[in-house]
Amino acid sequence: MLASLRPAIVTTVFFTLLLGVAYPLAVTGVSQLLFPWQAGGSLIRSGGQVIGSELIGQTFARAEYLHSRPSAAGTNGYDASASSGSNLGPLNPDLIKREGDSAKAVGADRPGTPVPADALTTSASGLDPHITPDYAAFQVARVAQARGVKASEVEAVIAANTEGRTLGVLGQPHVNVLKVNLALDARYPVRHAPAA
Amino acid sequence: MNWQGWAEIALTLALIVGLGWPIGIYLARVWRGDSTWLDPVLKPVEAAIYAACGVKPEKGQNWLGYAGAFLGFSAASFVVLYLILRFQDLLPLNPQGFAGLAPHLAFNTAISFVTNTNWQSYVPETTVSTFSQMAGLTSHNFLSAAAGMAVAAALARAFAANRGENLGDFWVDLTRISLYVLLPISFVIAIVFVGLGMPQTLAAHIDATTLEGAKQTISLYPTASQEAIKQLGTNGGGVFNANSAHPFENPNAITNLIEIVIMNALSFGCVIAFGRVAFAKAEARALVAVMTILLSLGAAGIYAAEVQPAPAQVAAHAAPGPNMEGKEVRFGAPSTAIWTAATTGASDGGVNSMHDSLMPLGGGIALFLIQLGEIIPGGVGSGLYGMVVMALIAVFVAGLMVGRTPEYLGKKVEAREVKFAMLAVLILPTAILGFSAVAAVLPAALAGLLNHGPHGLSEIVYAYSSAAGNNGSAFAGLTANAPYWDTTLGIAMILGRFAYAIPVLAIAGALAAKPKLAPTSGSFPTDGPLFIGLLIGVVLIMGGLQFFPALALGPIVEHFQVLQAVAGH
Repeated sequence: MLASLRPAIVTTVFFTLLLGVAYPLAVTGVSQLLFPWQAGGSLIRSGGQVIGSELIGQTFARAEYLHSRPSAAGTNGYDASASSGSNLGPLNPDLIKREGDSAKAVGADRPGTPVPADALTTSASGLDPHITPDYAAFQVARVAQARGVKASEVEAVIAANTEGRTLGVLGQPHVNVLKVNLALDARYPVRHAPAA
Repeated sequence: MNWQGWAEIALTLALIVGLGWPIGIYLARVWRGDSTWLDPVLKPVEAAIYAACGVKPEKGQNWLGYAGAFLGFSAASFVVLYLILRFQDLLPLNPQGFAGLAPHLAFNTAISFVTNTNWQSYVPETTVSTFSQMAGLTSHNFLSAAAGMAVAAALARAFAANRGENLGDFWVDLTRISLYVLLPISFVIAIVFVGLGMPQTLAAHIDATTLEGAKQTISLYPTASQEAIKQLGTNGGGVFNANSAHPFENPNAITNLIEIVIMNALSFGCVIAFGRVAFAKAEARALVAVMTILLSLGAAGIYAAEVQPAPAQVAAHAAPGPNMEGKEVRFGAPSTAIWTAATTGASDGGVNSMHDSLMPLGGGIALFLIQLGEIIPGGVGSGLYGMVVMALIAVFVAGLMVGRTPEYLGKKVEAREVKFAMLAVLILPTAILGFSAVAAVLPAALAGLLNHGPHGLSEIVYAYSSAAGNNGSAFAGLTANAPYWDTTLGIAMILGRFAYAIPVLAIAGALAAKPKLAPTSGSFPTDGPLFIGLLIGVVLIMGGLQFFPALALGPIVEHFQVLQAVAGH
């Protein structure tokens, strides 16, 4: 192993500089040039202020907004500096209690209708920006009522922000919650007391 | 289950295996030192490295020299990475202002990345600076992969040799694989990833004000550059805590497909390259067939498990559907199933779902794929040499049945090779079951568990399987960032990497010294369905017999508990 000392040091230092410094910086340079918006985190701005990222979910509690899934990221959920799933096993009593509680809360929107599973479960990242079309449809009546518009109008906004399977087979159909809510605000604004 | 799900799984598998050929053909050229179209740019760099190292590329090394270089390089890598992580607060590009990692965490992480395990005891967003991600983790994603592929190249040369001892030069293999294979492919894929939505920035975070007026701090890293080599090199250590479930690391179904394909294609490519270098193309195809069959079965099994009724969803009277706890909506059950099979079969260890929340049999199959020895298709390089070890055992078993000295690829397989093969294979059960048994009764270890009962045992066994298999995925409810876990998992990683690779190099040395025989009418054919069946049997029995008791007490008993819970509603 002693004979290996010189090549070991040379290769470790050289490749740390090439692969650990030059390579990521080169990728950063090229991508900032070609895809600056994506490279910066796919941020959505409004009036100079960053509202969030198209790829990162947010917490929504108000009736006029489509709600996201439950989240295990950070103490209050959707903490984008603490991505995490719940890691609860399928028989964990905490999971069974949590899903039961969520079913009661979410189910109030449409009593008697089974709640879609994604409304009760936390995602792997805790930052899932999407819900299923089923869960979006489940919330239409509440959102329409809160905004004083027809259900079909809310459905149209949801449909415009729904993506199907890529190439017909890859992934699952999904609705981007933040984009729907931005579109709803733009088209059917709600008057609020200004936030403190 | 629906046809789109099965079509997605079939399409992904076809791409993984299909891409193995072009990659393997190119890789064989790099292993042999043939010219490539990158020569005009890279040849001078290569020559400069050899000059600085004092290496004469044509001289070559015997197995001891090769093993010494492999160990020496890994030791140097460990020291550099440990120091970077430990003292990141004194280094540049630490916009997060993070302190250095604690000694046990720096030890675990450095071992983890040097052994191509890439287990995450650390939470990147709150622990690891931008510089550590780049110069520390990204560079070792490349180098540990290149080192594994170098060992595979040496083994291929051993089968090609005729009464020789030259296995090639480790430093040449390391350099050529990094420069000609990993770097250019990663660069192109990283740019594609950014185009598909991954961040690539030196900014540490963005402060957003959400639509409802809350503050949201969004962590950022140079993500795409690390993600590309994380998958290509079967590393799997996430840029973010949630790994490839994080929308920044895996924004959509296309990035998901690319990530699955590149985490397996190079491992299949190693098998194809092995066939070309060792003059055994047909035999290499048989190994590809074994890997493909087992990988397909694993993916199908996990898909079937994840669409079974989940007890918590049934109890909450949710609409019928797959188990969605720990899954992303954009992926659902099929994308999760094929990913999970690919990442545990391939020793990648990246995750696009939380394995701890998989159904018992879904998580159990993931665990079993790791315990088969990370050869379905395994890590880059390491999967190939692991499968060749299994093949040596298979021909030995066949030889015992007919009472002939077994041969594999024109080399007689005798006592010395089989002893080393068994030595390598036995390290997995020793490390996995030994450490698990201790952890199952030790309060310091049990304190890390999130789930209890059979699922808690699965968390323990999964952790040591992942470490010893150099996989790196986790039943992440286990809080492993404690001195006991960090240390013992680190030791399991060292055993899984080096106590496996060194016997493999010893086998290579022994085989190279033997004459290369032409097949005779008495040779057992190792390229047909009979051998494929035999090899699958050996792989399953080695994994099955050794680990079945542990699996029975963990995932299997939990499966029956789930059936009972669901039937109760």
